[in-house]
Amino acid sequence: MSAGDIPGVTVVETEPAEQAPEVDARPRRMTLNMGPQHPSTHGVLRLVLDLDGETIVASQPDIGYLHTGIEKEFEVKNYQQAVTLTDRIDYLAPLSNNLCYCLAVEKLLAIEIPPMAQWTRVMLTELTRLNSHLVWLGTHAIDIGAMSVFLYCFREREDILRIFEMYSGQRMMTSYFRIGGLALEPPRGWQKRVKSFIDVFPSRVDEYEELLTNNRIWIGRTKGVGRISIEDMLDLGVTGPMLRAAGLQWDARKSEPYSSYEKFDFEVPTRTENDVYARYLVRIEEMRQSARIIKQALEGMPEGRWTADAPHVVLPEREKMKTEMEALIYHFKIVTEGFRVPAGEVYQTIESPRGEVCYYVVSDGTAKPYRVHVRGPSFGNLQAIPCMIQGRLIADVIASIGSMDFVLGDADR
Amino acid sequence: MIPDEVKSLPLVTALLNTAPDAVLGGKFDRAEVTLEINAEHIVGVCAYLKQVQNFVRLSTVTGVDWYPQEPRFEVVYHLHSPERNERLRLKCRLAGANPAIDSVTAVWRGAGWYERETFDLFGVQFRNHPDLRRIMLPEDWEGYPLRKDYPVTGDRV
Repeated sequence: MSAGDIPGVTVVETEPAEQAPEVDARPRRMTLNMGPQHPSTHGVLRLVLDLDGETIVASQPDIGYLHTGIEKEFEVKNYQQAVTLTDRIDYLAPLSNNLCYCLAVEKLLAIEIPPMAQWTRVMLTELTRLNSHLVWLGTHAIDIGAMSVFLYCFREREDILRIFEMYSGQRMMTSYFRIGGLALEPPRGWQKRVKSFIDVFPSRVDEYEELLTNNRIWIGRTKGVGRISIEDMLDLGVTGPMLRAAGLQWDARKSEPYSSYEKFDFEVPTRTENDVYARYLVRIEEMRQSARIIKQALEGMPEGRWTADAPHVVLPEREKMKTEMEALIYHFKIVTEGFRVPAGEVYQTIESPRGEVCYYVVSDGTAKPYRVHVRGPSFGNLQAIPCMIQGRLIADVIASIGSMDFVLGDADR
Repeated sequence: MIPDEVKSLPLVTALLNTAPDAVLGGKFDRAEVTLEINAEHIVGVCAYLKQVQNFVRLSTVTGVDWYPQEPRFEVVYHLHSPERNERLRLKCRLAGANPAIDSVTAVWRGAGWYERETFDLFGVQFRNHPDLRRIMLPEDWEGYPLRKDYPVTGDRV
């Protein structure tokens, strides 16, 4: 970035002073430790920067500060209990992780999810996308110096968290999707709540755009910053809006549709500028598209059950347990030992707000997962930091890493 | 043993023609293709799949520990081709004592961190890796937590 790139700003070339000031002969190379407790690294990311003056010569991301051994913990929980672990991986998109894990296990079990549960899942994961993008937009704007956007974003985020609370009783760690469907019947009056939110939301996106899209400082800090070629990104494992802002139209919701996404009409926005500003525009457009999906889900929500017809997996209704012996037996079996999952392995992919989330679930035929590996988008994206910021100014590091939208819990697990 | 339904896939046929010794087995299960690759040939197979078959993305590398079976470790590679819209799983089996395999970082730079993670949590050595260190755990950590003989709870804090 230089001042000349800002529209309306002309840089006046100054004549060099006739007598050069005394040159500092000390080497200008230094190593700077950024993080792990740095407000704009969004969590506990440590970057070791090798600087020449203000230019970055090399950098080394250091992660693992949030490693909690979640993958090991999966192996001692039964399949249904393990849903609660998936919330805590990417804490800004808990429902996306719930969904991916449930889909993987349901694929192993070969059970069919009723349409109503599928549509509710789509609607709530799209609300999760809005939630995550709003946190990203607010914090990214704060990093770059636009304080008020944060307050606007969190106003809408609060509405979304209230909807989650209405559904599941929890604002963040919802665990609302369960293997076999949903945890509870959707609450009475959800249509009204979602409708009142989705009716005003597009106008709120206009408000954010009013604050930023033509903002001279915002453009100056983001345009042309953080470029990285599409080949480098594919090679390094970058996914999600980063790739779409470089022109690759790849979205798992379209290419490998899951949970009946193929029934929804939406577009996958792309840009070609491949800079921080383009990533901002892509995510803004994604919010509008998510709002479209939520609206369709609201208007076309099918009737029916919220759980699959699989008595060995889904807990029976309370009333049935009082009258039917089988229901009581199933209840006892599921609660005491869980359910057995046929041996095999699956790799399930979904498109989370940050990019490609994959769950690799290996079953050995018992009631606990033999191995679960989580391929989080943040891990792959973070790997590209050195490639992205090399040779750039230190002031651009914050804008560049902000545009990646990573969550360290997702990278460190 | 490679089942016929796997052998008849154009991708597998082409791979078998190029490197007949490389594929040890395979399966087609729940619409996912798995190929078991001879660990000696992993770099060659990956380079072929990337350059000729367009698997430009390496989605992840991880491990599975089948303790006490031998060979004990599986290193699992998930490849993806956005252009073909296809995914492919490769597996290499490694013996329990001193597991080691060639790194595929020369094919995809992105393998770097995934191999570091597999090294960190399973203790699998990746030969020719440019920077093989622990990534999640502290450098002085003892043991490899995702191995099945590593306790989930215990004295270690």
